[in-house]
Amino acid sequence: MKSLLKATVAALAFAAAGSTAQAADVKACFIYVGPVGDFGWSYQHDQGRLAVEEHFGDKVETAYLESVPEGPDAERAIERFAREGCNVIFTTSFGYMNPTIKVAKKFPDVKFEHATGYKTADNVATYNSKFHQGRYIIGQIAAKQSKSGVAGYIASFPIPEVVSGINAFLLGAQSVNPDFKLKVVWVNTWFDPGKEADAAKALIDQGADIITQHTDSTAPLQVAQERGVHGFGQASDMVNFAKDAQYTAIIDDWAPYYIHRVQDVLDGKWESGSSWEGLAEGHVVMAPYTNLPADVVEMAKATEAKIKDGWEPFTGPITKQDGSVAAEDGVRLDDGAILGMNWYVQGVDDKLPQ
Amino acid sequence: MRIELVKRKEHSQLMAMLSPLIAVALTALAAGIIFSISGHNPLVALYKFFIEPLTQQWSFEATIDKATPLILIACGLSVCYLSNNWNIGAEGQFVIGALFGSILPVLFPSFENAATLPLMLIFGAIGGALWALVPALLKTRFNTNEILTSLMLVYVASLILDYLVRGPWRDPDGYNFPESRIFSDAATLPEVFGGAMSLSAPITVLIAIILAIVLAKTLKGFEIRVMGESPRAGGFAGFSAKGLTLFSFALAGGLAGLAGTMEVSGALNQLLPSISPGYGFTAIIVAFLGRLNPIGIIIAGFVLALSYIGGEGVQSAMGVTNEIASVIQGLLLFFVLACDTLILYRIRFVSRHGSQGEASHV
Amino acid sequence: MFEAVLLTVITAATPLLIAALGELVVERSGVLNLGVEGMMIMGAVVGFAVANQTGSGFLGVIAAVAAGMAMSALFGFLVLVLVTNQVATGLALTILGIGFSGMIGEAFIGVPGLKIPELYIPILSEIPFFGPVFFQQDSIVYISFVLVAAVAYFLFRTRLGLVLRAVGDNHGSAHALGYSVIRIRFSAVLFGGACAGLAGAYMSLAYTPQWVENMTAGRGWIALALVVFSSWLPLRVVVGAYLFGAVSVLNLHAQAVELDIPSQLLSSLPYLATILVLVLISANRRLTLVNTPACLGKPFVPDR
Repeated sequence: MKSLLKATVAALAFAAAGSTAQAADVKACFIYVGPVGDFGWSYQHDQGRLAVEEHFGDKVETAYLESVPEGPDAERAIERFAREGCNVIFTTSFGYMNPTIKVAKKFPDVKFEHATGYKTADNVATYNSKFHQGRYIIGQIAAKQSKSGVAGYIASFPIPEVVSGINAFLLGAQSVNPDFKLKVVWVNTWFDPGKEADAAKALIDQGADIITQHTDSTAPLQVAQERGVHGFGQASDMVNFAKDAQYTAIIDDWAPYYIHRVQDVLDGKWESGSSWEGLAEGHVVMAPYTNLPADVVEMAKATEAKIKDGWEPFTGPITKQDGSVAAEDGVRLDDGAILGMNWYVQGVDDKLPQ
Repeated sequence: MRIELVKRKEHSQLMAMLSPLIAVALTALAAGIIFSISGHNPLVALYKFFIEPLTQQWSFEATIDKATPLILIACGLSVCYLSNNWNIGAEGQFVIGALFGSILPVLFPSFENAATLPLMLIFGAIGGALWALVPALLKTRFNTNEILTSLMLVYVASLILDYLVRGPWRDPDGYNFPESRIFSDAATLPEVFGGAMSLSAPITVLIAIILAIVLAKTLKGFEIRVMGESPRAGGFAGFSAKGLTLFSFALAGGLAGLAGTMEVSGALNQLLPSISPGYGFTAIIVAFLGRLNPIGIIIAGFVLALSYIGGEGVQSAMGVTNEIASVIQGLLLFFVLACDTLILYRIRFVSRHGSQGEASHV
Repeated sequence: MFEAVLLTVITAATPLLIAALGELVVERSGVLNLGVEGMMIMGAVVGFAVANQTGSGFLGVIAAVAAGMAMSALFGFLVLVLVTNQVATGLALTILGIGFSGMIGEAFIGVPGLKIPELYIPILSEIPFFGPVFFQQDSIVYISFVLVAAVAYFLFRTRLGLVLRAVGDNHGSAHALGYSVIRIRFSAVLFGGACAGLAGAYMSLAYTPQWVENMTAGRGWIALALVVFSSWLPLRVVVGAYLFGAVSVLNLHAQAVELDIPSQLLSSLPYLATILVLVLISANRRLTLVNTPACLGKPFVPDR
């Protein structure tokens, strides 16, 4: 018992020493919904955190909490960071929106950054990336490369971001081949390698020879590799998992944004706002084009350059699945319409779950 | 030499007191070793894990918040387990309860008066109980194994929640994002004791105490215990096994549903595609850690909640991965279970040759 | 087309089948181990790690089996020697396994895996239809076929199998007859661990050759359900596993051919189907009573 007491006292001393040893100017904290080891969404955010550490060195200290379920646990985790002296807290899942707003009210001096949401406050900014720009490019590649004229799309949940990704992919494909077909399978999970693999197999068996996904694991690409069809990486460059199958990947690169925002905090220039950037700013990056003939690579790079110059893939004419007009020729959908998208464009071989 | 267990004639009071403490000490030791192996100062880590959450007001309150649903669900489950009904689907009952409890604020948002909240809580309890009665009825009617049906219904329940939140119950002003509308003030569980905790905490403690009295002092409590230990004897006493199965499932489901409603009404204020970080499963552990006794469950729920809050603290301060917290919880449960053996049995070492070697008491 | 679907179903069903077979033997001996998921995930991570370090898929599989057995030995010690509650101990085993696997696997995230080579059985694999489906698979699929036959033969055609069932049905009498209840149960638990480990290896070395946290995604629980579904008969486990695999794969196909049903409903079909079949089977009292191990989950302490 006596030794236990001693140990406790020693621990107290250690803890006290630890808390005074901090010398960093800014503490940046991150909350992830999945494990850092998902090699998808949360992994990419953590890569962004590591980039912040590397960029700023001793000036910035970082901390993170992983696998924080959306709901009351999230609110507590955010509040913990606010109390532990974080200057800026990045909450990286849609479901953290209301908890972030709630905690932000209590801690007006702490800056909050919420990914993929739509609620802002004086000390809460939002940020997201235009992933659909990349989807348009891979749609074009798919239409060029597909022999069957059918692609398979493994989708997670029918939220606007996923729906706009499906639409952008098909618009890109239709710009090359107006009759291109897209089959969509909803797996109702962000992450279940086995189920994603099964979905990929089902789609291939149904005639798709291009597989793309809006789920996080590398399993669909591995299936594509095995079955001799092709696909695209999601969130990170997955070429190591499918050397012959991956054409390119849409990489989420959060590092530029995180470094930029932490710099703002360091300089005392941080302001609330909504960031929604894409290829031009390097928030979305196309992985090297592989396994493709030169003319297709050229086309993809040309589209990439066009988008970087400010062209928007959701520019009319766009017809909805029910035949109504979404955008007249040359008219570009406004940001709100893309961010809240809940309809398919014409040609999607699926009915949107409502 | 081999190890043998000998049943104690009387339960050792001393052991009953000491065994949880021994278990916690052993867990701390094992956790310390794991922290050292993964390159962290074990003393600092242990302090942050087990003690720091108790030293600050906000983390203490957070621990209570986290413990509340665990305790309420575990109380209901204890009645099931005492009577040999293996309900492991509390997670689904929690979810369906939350759905029923949300009918008023989601579908009738203008119904705002003093009756809103009580009605929500009643609906929630009814919803959870109904969902729990499915495996109970299948068991009594068709003799279907309730472990599996109750577990399968967890998946079904979470898919129903998912469907509603993404479809019919979606917030009309929510830009198609998967969330329900935010509950009105009348549908929000108030905070008590100057904002220190949600009303759900005192409600939960009250229910646990009532349940403890019912189990210890009433005929129903006697019936539950008798039927658990010897259904045959209970049959002779005129107790109905089927009736008790329905009763215990309905009670457990009702309490889980109540917990679900209090969680969405108090902590979340809306429905989301997933509303429980596995409360229903963690509560099973809490029920056993608390030795299926409501008062023990209150303590166990608090200890387990502490391990979550502490786990987060270690993670944020020292960069330890989330998995370590899960390992430590698993070990804690192992040690508690193993140490509990000491209450019921003496361990004796029997040498291979010795016919009746003198038992060494432990 | 049908052939291709069947191939997918077999891959989806194999981990369930192997894990369920192991648990079936465990339950036949009268022990309920709810820690299948934990043992499986440990098998997955250890199998992947060893295969990755040694470059040998075979060694990976062996290591996965050993890891599953180590986990089950821990369970066996607690449940059989210290007579702890089986339900709670099994749950703790799952929590522990998920945590430990995450710690071990940290170094292997984003590392491409090694796939166990497919083994084409000469001559047989050339039979139309049956050949590609049953004889052009990876080696673990064949092991699963052999395991089914071996477990069925062992349980119902050997003396030891009879003893094991006797222990599960009435440990008191088995003990009185001089059989070591604990030793037999411990062996069964170890076998269950080995199977769960193998099933885990199938996940990380054949099904989806990679390591990611939580990659078993609840399959251990489904395996547990399949045991009851089969009313503790090995051949029925095969039916159950393949049925479950088929329903989950057909759900994806139904979507790809555009059936207008909410996908959540389709996703819940495997679970609803399991419940339905459970009800149908258990409603037949004669059959369940004969096969249910009467001592399932009951602790055994020899009174002297």
